[in-house]
Amino acid sequence: MWRWFHQWGSPKFFYHRSGVLIPVLALASGLILGAGVFWGLLIAPADYQQGESVRIMYVHVPAAILAQSSYAMMAVMALISLIWRLKIADAAVQTVAPIGACITLLALATGSLWGKPMWGTYWVWDARLTSTLILFFLFAGVLALRNAAGQSQTAGRAASVLAVIGLLNLPIIKYSVDWWFTLHQPASFTLTDRPAMPFSMWGPLLMMVVGFYAWFFLAWLIRLRHELVKRERRSDWVQQMMKQ
Amino acid sequence: MSFETITAFLAMGGYATYVFASYGLTALTLGGLLLAESRRHRAWLQRQGSRRRSEEA
Repeated sequence: MWRWFHQWGSPKFFYHRSGVLIPVLALASGLILGAGVFWGLLIAPADYQQGESVRIMYVHVPAAILAQSSYAMMAVMALISLIWRLKIADAAVQTVAPIGACITLLALATGSLWGKPMWGTYWVWDARLTSTLILFFLFAGVLALRNAAGQSQTAGRAASVLAVIGLLNLPIIKYSVDWWFTLHQPASFTLTDRPAMPFSMWGPLLMMVVGFYAWFFLAWLIRLRHELVKRERRSDWVQQMMKQ
Repeated sequence: MSFETITAFLAMGGYATYVFASYGLTALTLGGLLLAESRRHRAWLQRQGSRRRSEEA
């Protein structure tokens, strides 16, 4: 286990091994997202209350789930970076943050586009929406801190500490709909319970969630590999790679 | 198929602006980020390669 951990913690090992995953993830995300969009936009039925606007959920829900899980992943990487000082974990924190920030913005934007016809407004200072906006600011804060002070180790540690503290916001987002009176409806799709909706609706939703994850790992791997060669540009393995 | 005609699909039950704007924004974000990342990496590799060549020359 520790051997595996240290092997994958080596930038050289990670860069070479992860290269194999890029075409696989590109193909998987393209196919799954394409099929998911086709299913969600053309085949899935309209909702009896929301009408055709329910189709926005097939992009909004996966974006919201991915925004939260990418933050959790960033916080775990930050913790690893603080405890074991693994270079790759620090690079992972730095590379997840911009992707997570974009996905959080996408979740907020698609949520607003659904909110206008359903609630009559693009935005309300509701607990779920506000805590998700805080999630975006946390991603932005981590990114700003990590890029401050010329990429120094202190900046890396400060960004990691913020990422770990920000983890407190995740249960607030999750339970905000139960703890406070909110306009946002509770989750209708959980890992443990049977979905309250028919397969014709949760099928495309699940497909889009899987597609979003495949896309995320693809985008993150490309960014992380770029960051690794940039940081290791003076090392022998990168110099060797440049020659080829 | 949930829609009987293309017109019905394009109208999206009166929610076309919101539905298509959501999907468009998603495609722009996911596609744009991937494209930007790949271009950035390729451009960096090219810059490093040309710097290396000029150093060797």
